[in-house]
Amino acid sequence: MSKEWPLWEIFVRSENGLAHKHVGSLHAADSEMAVQNARDLYTRRNEGVSIWVVKSSDIVATDPSQSEALFEPSEDKTYRHATFYHVPEGVKHL
Amino acid sequence: MTERFEYLLRLGDSSLVLAQQSAAWVAHAPIMEEDVALANVALDLFGQAKMWLDYAGEVEAAGRDADALAFHRDAGAYRNVLLVEQPNGNFADTIVRGYFYDVWAHLQLAALSRSSDERIAAIAAKAGKETAYHLRRSEDWVVRLGDGTELSHERVQCSVDALWRFSGEFFLGDAIDAAMVAQGIGPDPETLREPWLQRVGAALGTATLAQPADGWMQRGGKQGRHGEALSYMLAEMQVLPRSYPGAAW
Repeated sequence: MSKEWPLWEIFVRSENGLAHKHVGSLHAADSEMAVQNARDLYTRRNEGVSIWVVKSSDIVATDPSQSEALFEPSEDKTYRHATFYHVPEGVKHL
Repeated sequence: MTERFEYLLRLGDSSLVLAQQSAAWVAHAPIMEEDVALANVALDLFGQAKMWLDYAGEVEAAGRDADALAFHRDAGAYRNVLLVEQPNGNFADTIVRGYFYDVWAHLQLAALSRSSDERIAAIAAKAGKETAYHLRRSEDWVVRLGDGTELSHERVQCSVDALWRFSGEFFLGDAIDAAMVAQGIGPDPETLREPWLQRVGAALGTATLAQPADGWMQRGGKQGRHGEALSYMLAEMQVLPRSYPGAAW
């Protein structure tokens, strides 16, 4: 067994209604300790109302060598952005 | 009023001494995460000490504020419980010292938040939230170390055995405590004994640690009788303001 504690990715929700955002990573022996360390490392300046911790090894990421196939096809499809609509006059809360 | 002043010194000095001790771990903790955590606890405790000592200075009405009380009193004028002045030792010593204190402080602050003195009630309510977290952390560590490896179990058991004799002072009342009880300001220290023993006993059980037998308990810190370690600690803490009186950022 490795003597090094596993790495955890930390997500903090800055206020109710917003999504949790990745803020960094830290070492901890288990999830309980990871939450406590995250509280001390990432919320000590009043940054959050909720914390998620996820073992870094549990995160499945895209393969950088597949970037072209994954992301390039969307580059020239500007029609997918909602920039071609005219907002009708009188619509206030869009 | 003198009694209330003394009582506030006891509250403030215990927070202050433990804060200074915890802060000494910065850059020495086993891992970086723990370094920050101990510093956070220390800062909370410094904040609590400042609130208690500022109020003590106002009650005394002799022109002393928290800084004057913290930096310009010698060990004999300090009123902290003996537990908090025990040296940092190894990590287990620090954790157990903090844990014994946290359980007591948590109970005491809950009682003080119902104080007839509104200022004391307000400080206790604020400090209570901080201490609830300190307690969660320190209790977690006691269980981890006790129920951890053979070495960590052995070390933390040594710490529990060595520090147990300083826990009795929490519950020994004197004339000042009696005056506070009479005025509805603070709890009878004796009433905290059973809940303290229950909580600590349960945690030691979970941690597979043996609870020491009742024996001789050290006393005297609240009355100003301290061990020599406190003088060394204060010398380091006070050297700057004493060498350069009135120094400011």
